[in-house]
Amino acid sequence: MTTELKIIKVKENILADNETLAGELRNRLRKNNICMINLMSSPGAGKTTFLLRTIEGLRDKARMAVIEADIDSTVDAETISRTGTKAVQLQTGGFCHLDAAMVEEGLKNLDLDNLDLIFIENVGNLVCPAEFDTGATLNVMILSVPEGDDKPLKYPLMFSTCDVLIVNKTDYLGTPFTDFDLAVLEKRVRNLNQDINIFALSSKTGEGIGNWISWLATNNL
Amino acid sequence: MHELPVTEKILETALAHAEQHGLSRIHSITLKIGELTDLEDRWLNHYFDYLSKDTIAAGAHLVVIRVPIVLKCNVCQTRCETTKEKMADEKCPHCGAEQRFSILSGREYFIEEMAAK
Repeated sequence: MTTELKIIKVKENILADNETLAGELRNRLRKNNICMINLMSSPGAGKTTFLLRTIEGLRDKARMAVIEADIDSTVDAETISRTGTKAVQLQTGGFCHLDAAMVEEGLKNLDLDNLDLIFIENVGNLVCPAEFDTGATLNVMILSVPEGDDKPLKYPLMFSTCDVLIVNKTDYLGTPFTDFDLAVLEKRVRNLNQDINIFALSSKTGEGIGNWISWLATNNL
Repeated sequence: MHELPVTEKILETALAHAEQHGLSRIHSITLKIGELTDLEDRWLNHYFDYLSKDTIAAGAHLVVIRVPIVLKCNVCQTRCETTKEKMADEKCPHCGAEQRFSILSGREYFIEEMAAK
């Protein structure tokens, strides 16, 4: 006897569980008036130096903490800890991205009643972190000048999901080492995300950092 | 690059639906995946075969329907289909506007249906 093949309408979003948990985390943070920044970039774009500059600029304005997700290493967490800011290291076990469940683990180690701003330093990668909502209240990506102004053509999803784009290492602009065109980059990025906030700066020299810090303090703290 | 956790979720969802409907063999699972995502069919299949081998979904076929990237021009409301590679340099085919698009589709991560006995 043969049983007939049945078609079952599943109609489920594969990422639904993650999106639900991310939404819950976001509500919890908003109730505590906490801004949580999901910081994404490729490896070497300057996430840690940018974080150090931002922490320095907001030291008197906000109580801060950092959730670090560098793959199986504590190097970045140690660098951040030296500033006196609490840093929680997540071991992602080789995962290419953070998801809401991993961020929830990190938040368990933080005192949410005594914080204004949490940074998540996501895994260095312009592909996977774009797909997974972490529960952050602000998505920020860094593109550094040496990476090139063609990156929106290669990683459109990442550029389309961020609230803020930091163009880092502007001290390279106008040098023989790069032909990066800021206007070309901006046009491409706005094609993917017309309302994105763009800040061009150098975490190394500190040029342009002030605009970012005042925007963050005014709009998110 | 993250096909493994995604495939785990697909299998878990399919098995739950099979149990709910009292079914004993899953023959195929149809997915709707947006062109803007980075999921590769080859790796979805590879991980699915590996993860499902001792389950009622062993040998099931993954049918991947790709959903195109569709943009809407916020100036003249025209819709146009584009590709991942072209969208950052796209112009509205009707009014020529740039930098004024909304993304209507292309990010789908969806289990549509499955065939089972």
